[in-house]
Amino acid sequence: MTNTAISVSDLSKKYEDRLAVSHINFEVPLGTVCGFVGPNGSGKTTTMRMLLGLITPTTGQGHILGEPIEHPEKYLSRVGAMIEGPAFYPALSGYENLMVLAKLGGFPIERVQQLLDKVGLGDRGKSKFKSYSLGMKQRLGIAAALLPEPKLLMLDEPTNGLDPEGIQEVRALLRDLANEGTTVFVSSHLLSELEIISDYIVMLRKGEIVFAGPIGELMAQQQPTIIAKSLKKSDLKRIVKIAKEAGHHAVIRDDSVHVLADMKWAAVLNEAAFDAGITLAQLAPQLPNLEETFFEMTGDK
Amino acid sequence: MFNVVKAEIRKLRRPTLFFGTMGAALFFTGLITSFIYLMIDSPQGNGDRGSTISRQVLGLASGSVNGFSSVGGFLGIIALCVFAAQTAQEYTYGTLRNLLIRQPSRMKILVGKLISMALFALVMITIAAVVSIAISYILAPGAKVNTDLWFTSDGLDAIFTTIVNVTISVVAFGIVGMVLGLLLRSPISAISFGVLWLLIVENLLIAVKNSLQNWLPGAQLSAIASGGLVDLTYKHALTVGGLYVAVGAIVASILFVRRDVAN
Repeated sequence: MTNTAISVSDLSKKYEDRLAVSHINFEVPLGTVCGFVGPNGSGKTTTMRMLLGLITPTTGQGHILGEPIEHPEKYLSRVGAMIEGPAFYPALSGYENLMVLAKLGGFPIERVQQLLDKVGLGDRGKSKFKSYSLGMKQRLGIAAALLPEPKLLMLDEPTNGLDPEGIQEVRALLRDLANEGTTVFVSSHLLSELEIISDYIVMLRKGEIVFAGPIGELMAQQQPTIIAKSLKKSDLKRIVKIAKEAGHHAVIRDDSVHVLADMKWAAVLNEAAFDAGITLAQLAPQLPNLEETFFEMTGDK
Repeated sequence: MFNVVKAEIRKLRRPTLFFGTMGAALFFTGLITSFIYLMIDSPQGNGDRGSTISRQVLGLASGSVNGFSSVGGFLGIIALCVFAAQTAQEYTYGTLRNLLIRQPSRMKILVGKLISMALFALVMITIAAVVSIAISYILAPGAKVNTDLWFTSDGLDAIFTTIVNVTISVVAFGIVGMVLGLLLRSPISAISFGVLWLLIVENLLIAVKNSLQNWLPGAQLSAIASGGLVDLTYKHALTVGGLYVAVGAIVASILFVRRDVAN
């Protein structure tokens, strides 16, 4: 019995001259929420398509729930997925669309209404898909992905088009599913969104892995920033000097001094500023968020 | 496979598609069958391309299904449009990926789709046959056509044989539509190409060189529905038409199974 939901090794996909995914390796443990992060065009959807047997890898291997990706029939009955947005028949209702998939997968038809209720479409199930808003379409896509009571749920940008309330509901839903033992592999280019719900992170940039591992491990690698603001603007340069003399990198940004230093050094800075006659209006240690970490690691900003 | 058929039937029974298709089939059936009886004495003829179907021919045991077999080609074109649209729309809507996630065996998807659409075509054919025979029976006395032989054992035999031939022809047209849908991946392109070829290009080619009738795919499939023509035997039409359909189906199936689903 494997303890990884997804494992890929040397996986690549080449389209003519373009390498969409380049020799990637990562693992996603069972029962976690794994954020699949990267800018648009970084290869997230291509990777997901390979994992679902929709496209054939150029090189490499992959395993889903212990089964090789060359045989999707061995694992897809335990996998729910929504790839590249919700795709349904516009002239059928939401209910009818789910019925088509329920019949196709041989799932109990009672689940259709239950899932419509779960994603908040219970009273709009009989409306045609083409009349749905983008948020409603997303919800229907999530409901379709949940049809098989999946062990692994793969969602590609599931919160696109959702309002803040809808985003919160999806977050809560994904967390609940993970608590029930479902592994959630969710992609997004909105890194702040994934930072909140993910245990694991796989970062992709231009088809290559930048980081793959627990989110705590990633954030621990990042140096915190101490943000100091003096009462007098003219004292900012003196704060920079104090920081540099102590061997820390410091810059002035937005009327504050940003010092790359351990959080404990904030107290030292406070004391040193006081001794130098500088009155600090603000002194706050700050950990970089996932977005800043991503840009720092990829050098994109 | 059975699950694929059930899922596809769910889509095909959509009222606009079902009643729209049946309406079109009934329209052509009513129109063509009525013409044969109402235009029986017209100097322009009452059959295909100005030919005349006489009272004697209509009075034979096979007379009841003369109109129905003439409609076969039109039913085939309707089937081509439905099969092509139902296949190609999976690409344009992006729903193919949903289908393949729930049923990874691409051949099962393809065969299940074909079976469900063939069942849909069978319903259309049955309704068209009943309506055509009923119209023929109602209009025959006014056209002074003798119907005594129509429901004898020979007559029933002719009805059965014609329904089988029309079914073979219509499903074959449908497979051509499916092949076009798989190759072109767009309902509009698949239907336009299919209809343009069958209704215009083939007729122009035959008008220029009559012997081409023996080799063009649409002509073969239409001839199957009619049980063969004077200068195009049923056996020849079945062989050549069958070859076209088989080669097209094999090529499209291989492409469908091997091609990446990237939309």
